[in-house]
Amino acid sequence: MRTLFSSLCTLAFCGLAYFAPLTAQIPQRSTPQATPIALIGATLHVGDGTTVIDNGTIVFDKGVITALGKETEVTIPANAERIQAKGKHIYPGFIAANSILGLSEIQAVRSTNDYDEVGDENPHARALVAYNSDSHIIPTIRFNGVLSAMTVPQGGMIAGMSSLMALDGWNWEDAVLAPDIAMHIAWAMVPRLKTFFAEAKAYNSAPQDKKNLKLEAMRAVFAGTRKLIIEADDAKAILQAISFAKEYGITPIILGGAEAWMIADNIKQAGVSVILRKTHRLPYRNGEAADQPYRTPSILHNAGVRFCLGSNGSWQQRNVPFEAGTAVAHGLPKEQGVAIISSNVAQILGVDKTMGTLAVGKDATLFISTGDALDMLGNNIEHAFMKGRKIDLMNKQKFLYDQYIKKYQR
Amino acid sequence: MNRCPSCLLRFVSVAILLFVHHCIGILHAQEMFPVNGVHDKRPAVYAFTNARIVVSPAQTVNNATLLIRNGIIEAVGTSVTIPTGTIVYNATGKTIYASFIDIDSEYGMPVVPPEPFTFGPPQIESKQKGAYYWNQAIRSEKNAHQLFTIPPAPPVPPNLPPNIPPPLSQAAEYRNAGFGAVQTFPHDGIARGVACVVSLADAKENIVLLKDRSSAQYSFNKGTSRQDYPSALTGAIALLRQLYYDGQWYNQFLQKQEYNITLDAFLAAQKLPQIFDAGDDQNILRADRVGDEFGIQYIIRGNGTEYQNVRAIVETKAPLILPLVYPQAYDVEDPFDAQIITLPEMKHWELAPTNAAAMEKAGINFALTSAGIARKADFLENLRTAVRMGLSKEKALSALTTTPATLLRINDRIGSLEKGKVASFFIASGDIFEKETIIHQHWVQGIKHDATQPDMVDIRGTYSLTLSGDVQANYTLFVSGTTDKPVVDIQKSGDSTKYKATLDRNASNVNLRFTTDAKSKQDITLNGSTENFTTLLTTAGQPVVWSGKGRMPSSAWVNWTATRSQLFEPKPAPADTTSITLGTVPLPFHDFGFTELPKQETVLIKNGTLWTAEADSIMTNTDILLQNGRITRIGKNLSEPLARIIDAKGKHITPGIIDEHSHIAISNGINEGTQSITSEVRMGDVINSKDVNIYRQLAGGVTTSHLLHGSANAIGGQTTLIKLRWGSAPEQLKFENADGFIKFALGENVKQAHWGDFNTVRYPQTRMGVEQTILDGFTRAKEYEAEWKKFNTLTKAQQAQTPTPRRDLELDALVEILNKKRFITCHSYVQSEITMLMRLAEQFGFTVNTFTHILEGYKVADKLKAHGASASSFSDWWAYKAEVIDAIPYNGAILNYVGVNTSFNSDDAEMARRLNQEAAKAVKYGNVPQHEALKFVTLNPAKMLHIDNRTGSLKVGKDADVVIWNDNPLSIYAKAEKTFVDGICYYDIERDAQLRTGAQTERSRLLQKLLDAKRSGKPVQKPVRRIFTDDHYHCDTVER
Repeated sequence: MRTLFSSLCTLAFCGLAYFAPLTAQIPQRSTPQATPIALIGATLHVGDGTTVIDNGTIVFDKGVITALGKETEVTIPANAERIQAKGKHIYPGFIAANSILGLSEIQAVRSTNDYDEVGDENPHARALVAYNSDSHIIPTIRFNGVLSAMTVPQGGMIAGMSSLMALDGWNWEDAVLAPDIAMHIAWAMVPRLKTFFAEAKAYNSAPQDKKNLKLEAMRAVFAGTRKLIIEADDAKAILQAISFAKEYGITPIILGGAEAWMIADNIKQAGVSVILRKTHRLPYRNGEAADQPYRTPSILHNAGVRFCLGSNGSWQQRNVPFEAGTAVAHGLPKEQGVAIISSNVAQILGVDKTMGTLAVGKDATLFISTGDALDMLGNNIEHAFMKGRKIDLMNKQKFLYDQYIKKYQR
Repeated sequence: MNRCPSCLLRFVSVAILLFVHHCIGILHAQEMFPVNGVHDKRPAVYAFTNARIVVSPAQTVNNATLLIRNGIIEAVGTSVTIPTGTIVYNATGKTIYASFIDIDSEYGMPVVPPEPFTFGPPQIESKQKGAYYWNQAIRSEKNAHQLFTIPPAPPVPPNLPPNIPPPLSQAAEYRNAGFGAVQTFPHDGIARGVACVVSLADAKENIVLLKDRSSAQYSFNKGTSRQDYPSALTGAIALLRQLYYDGQWYNQFLQKQEYNITLDAFLAAQKLPQIFDAGDDQNILRADRVGDEFGIQYIIRGNGTEYQNVRAIVETKAPLILPLVYPQAYDVEDPFDAQIITLPEMKHWELAPTNAAAMEKAGINFALTSAGIARKADFLENLRTAVRMGLSKEKALSALTTTPATLLRINDRIGSLEKGKVASFFIASGDIFEKETIIHQHWVQGIKHDATQPDMVDIRGTYSLTLSGDVQANYTLFVSGTTDKPVVDIQKSGDSTKYKATLDRNASNVNLRFTTDAKSKQDITLNGSTENFTTLLTTAGQPVVWSGKGRMPSSAWVNWTATRSQLFEPKPAPADTTSITLGTVPLPFHDFGFTELPKQETVLIKNGTLWTAEADSIMTNTDILLQNGRITRIGKNLSEPLARIIDAKGKHITPGIIDEHSHIAISNGINEGTQSITSEVRMGDVINSKDVNIYRQLAGGVTTSHLLHGSANAIGGQTTLIKLRWGSAPEQLKFENADGFIKFALGENVKQAHWGDFNTVRYPQTRMGVEQTILDGFTRAKEYEAEWKKFNTLTKAQQAQTPTPRRDLELDALVEILNKKRFITCHSYVQSEITMLMRLAEQFGFTVNTFTHILEGYKVADKLKAHGASASSFSDWWAYKAEVIDAIPYNGAILNYVGVNTSFNSDDAEMARRLNQEAAKAVKYGNVPQHEALKFVTLNPAKMLHIDNRTGSLKVGKDADVVIWNDNPLSIYAKAEKTFVDGICYYDIERDAQLRTGAQTERSRLLQKLLDAKRSGKPVQKPVRRIFTDDHYHCDTVER
């Protein structure tokens, strides 16, 4: 046993030795904004779905946007750090609406996965506390302009509670933007789900001698202070899920929504929002039009449905801007393409007071791209700020690139 | 004559008791059996008179007589002399048909329950004890005639009510559906041994076995074998192919060094008809191709989808065996649930009954089988439906009689009603293809078996009924309807009203119940019989007089007599004038299939921006001419009078995209990962030309896809290269004369790192073992080649004295690699394994053509360059397993910078639709110039696949594989508007819109038809959601 134990230790140390230098260097941790910063002369994509300010300037201080407008109309404080951004584009930080970031490092390696708890009913499970703010994946995500993310538990009938995280922070307490913001359920095992809700409702409508952690976790859902996100793709399932939630006086958010386009008017009428999962996916049904997933956003937009665009998984989140770009290629107005991964996400999650658009008083969570951030040809982030903090855009992959390209350039 | 069920029951029981007597009496074949009691040999001469006799499908004789003696037909025709001592059956108005033959059954075969599936380590070796073949799915030693036993009669349920007949025996079910003989064999395994033909007489096995060795049987399904290999269709085909070579080798051996029961039996069965149970339309083509390799024309059993691929199936020239299985209608009353049913499923529901007619129209020779129909009782109905859908009656009959008899070389004995043949026939109440027709009797081998209304007596007609005694009255009785279900009306003399009456007949005994008193509705009940019943059985049109006693409502008893004054004249059935509307059969059979395949065109695309992927780089405002499938001119201001002009102002033109690593368009498994080396399997055997991903990818500008075996083993299968010619048959998709490639794999998948704790048995489980596995393969291949070279240098005479080396398809493929006739594309991730394979290849003097995935390629880019390998990478995938933790999206840029020929591939049906976007990531990550980046998905993969002389760039003389985009093709905003393959426009964004509309219209029509079917009372099935509607493979997908 001793031998086995020591060899296990050796293995563990090998692992550490392997990752240690990278963790130490990449990337630099950010520090609070010390002086006002002005980004000057750029195209400002406000993120509200329509507004673009050419030759715009934006100023922020102590993490909050203090001014923005035409370059000629914005007064820049004398002590401000001035960053020239002529010909470049500034966007509100994109928000990944559906991810397992920080909950999974290597999908095939069980020991690195923390998103799927045992059992079908886990309303009490909190993604927040499992969030690894030092995941090597996270820096590669913000490298493309995605600066915050919902980190979402998976699996079962009730997966647990998600939190909205800043993709920058020393630890999860540091990184959290909105803790335990939503409860995630899947529209499956419906009879059991209905029973669970009935019992949870009864439990929470009377004083209880003995606490039940599962039922307790539902209290905020019934009180309306925690969002209810129901995963459903079939048109019929979506309609059923909505009417189910409404029975409890809850206006749910639909996650998935592959067939939401078929029932867009009903969704709008119900006042329900949709987190559309991916445009880069295969048609939902064998005979569905090849480009249906690409066109769904524009259909929902034209129908007036409030929706945003999410993705799946962890490392894939860096492609969220391009998934939005595809929606634009297939009929969604360009600034709406920005909105569905910024302000619409913030609105749907109820955090739009501080996030989602470039507006005075909101957090200075934004970035400068040399080109169109929704296009691979333009997405090139030069500076990114999280509540005014400068984010180091270096990541493990860029680091390796720099190492090896130098090797071959010698 | 409402036959009383309990009487039938009695009749059946008697028949069962009697059949032993019959056998002993009639058939001399059992002469050697001792008799317990006195011998009871009877004359067994029967004549069936006044019948319409269908002697053969093409020959029908009216008013004819069939004479049989001792189970053999003695005479048939209109001038048959009936010898004295003959039992005569009057068959006036009846039709006699030769018994049908079901060429596909498991009648009387032992039921072998498959071993239950258990979680555990894989079974790598055969568990079959004895001197048999190495693979349990090869069961050529099975002989159906040795396994055959008459199935026991089904148990009679306890407490069966007397009015419910006991369950029918299997033979009776077959006979009631018209069958008198079946070919039977165990449906188990890839080589299934030899079938036999048995009659369905209730007689001993010795009697009913008509042919002991009727055909050799094969399939693609390994059946009950739990041996790991083969797990995929491609492996099953490879195993079959190797079996043929092993058979040849075993046969040539002068002095056998080993003995093999299976191969002996396999060889002995080669002279027989060879039958292949293939399955769907594409599997028919696959089976035929295997046959072609070995000079065998299989008779191929299909599954009823053949009409979807008529042209290709005609070309096989194979006789077919077709089931008449029609899917149940779908319940589509819930419009959402209806979405679950695909258009091809709906169309198949409508068109399945037209399949046999379509095959007849195409001139295909086929037999029909009842196999697959859940209830044998439904067979005749399905057959009649096929006829209503256009199958000729003559073809239907031959497909059930002469064709199977001829195919099984037993047409000298069964299949028609000619003198000297086995007396197996059934007597039907009329044309067997008419809805109301019933089978009265089914004689098999001269043994009578009763079906419905076996006495065949027709009592229909007009009777005068007289009551006498205390009450006296006269009535007229009208007996109509069918012989087995007569309808009776009665009219009192002097009353113009007709009343319904009920008549029960049991042989010569009748009960009649009626009332003609509309007010009281009190019934008169009569019972009586006829004295000339025996005459009625044998002679037509006899007067019938019934008489007996009856009870009046007043309690008075009366005597009665009913005399038939007039025979019943059936009215001819009104012709079915309802027209049948049917949908078209698109190619391929899918929502987006073509009614008419697009044709090659002369196209002049004008004023576009050409991304040439050549030295010319990007040419603005330039024209390109596509002619005869080639690019014939590129330049400014071109003109070509006959060309269709496409104005491409503002558009971008690129070469068609080439996906180096794809798993689309493959049937039943991409991984034959059950052995560490499976170089014998070929993805070209299992192309699925109906996969909608072909069309979806055309919509993303893809024109060529390299279909790879998966990565579950070190040396995987041979790959195949296709062009996305949507609508063509599998063979037509293949890229002509392309070099052969083979998939290798290294790392976690090969060592089964993610397969769970049971899979720690198969070698190798480490990267050390991976090297040794491959090394061992090539070492053996070298020796194998040397052995063959040595043999080939011998003179003919010397060769005759020397054992021929065994042809080994696995090593053949490795020898091809050694000789640079086949090229490796190797799934790989980490630098250690990449370097290992290069060094191993160098040791054997060849180059690894391509490393695919190769996500750590950037770490060894210089080594790759020195070795001469190409690299085909993901653009930005990582973090999904341990070996990709150092993957970087700059991989492509670095490899390209160092000078390695680099491409991006998909390994994914979704991403393949956007490979242009993936190429753009080489611009984002590593600043590859745009025109260079596009080459990552065009010219560079063409080079690594050795097809850059044909495609991959816009160059005069190359194939017209061309895409028109609305924007810079690397931009996220780019959409493919037209995709040409060989100058044929397979995808056009405008036509796509029409196809969608067309599919929706067709869907609506069929939904209504399904709703109508339910309303009319047809049974329906609820749509059931399937988790996986598409085969969607990645390289680590394993068939279970």
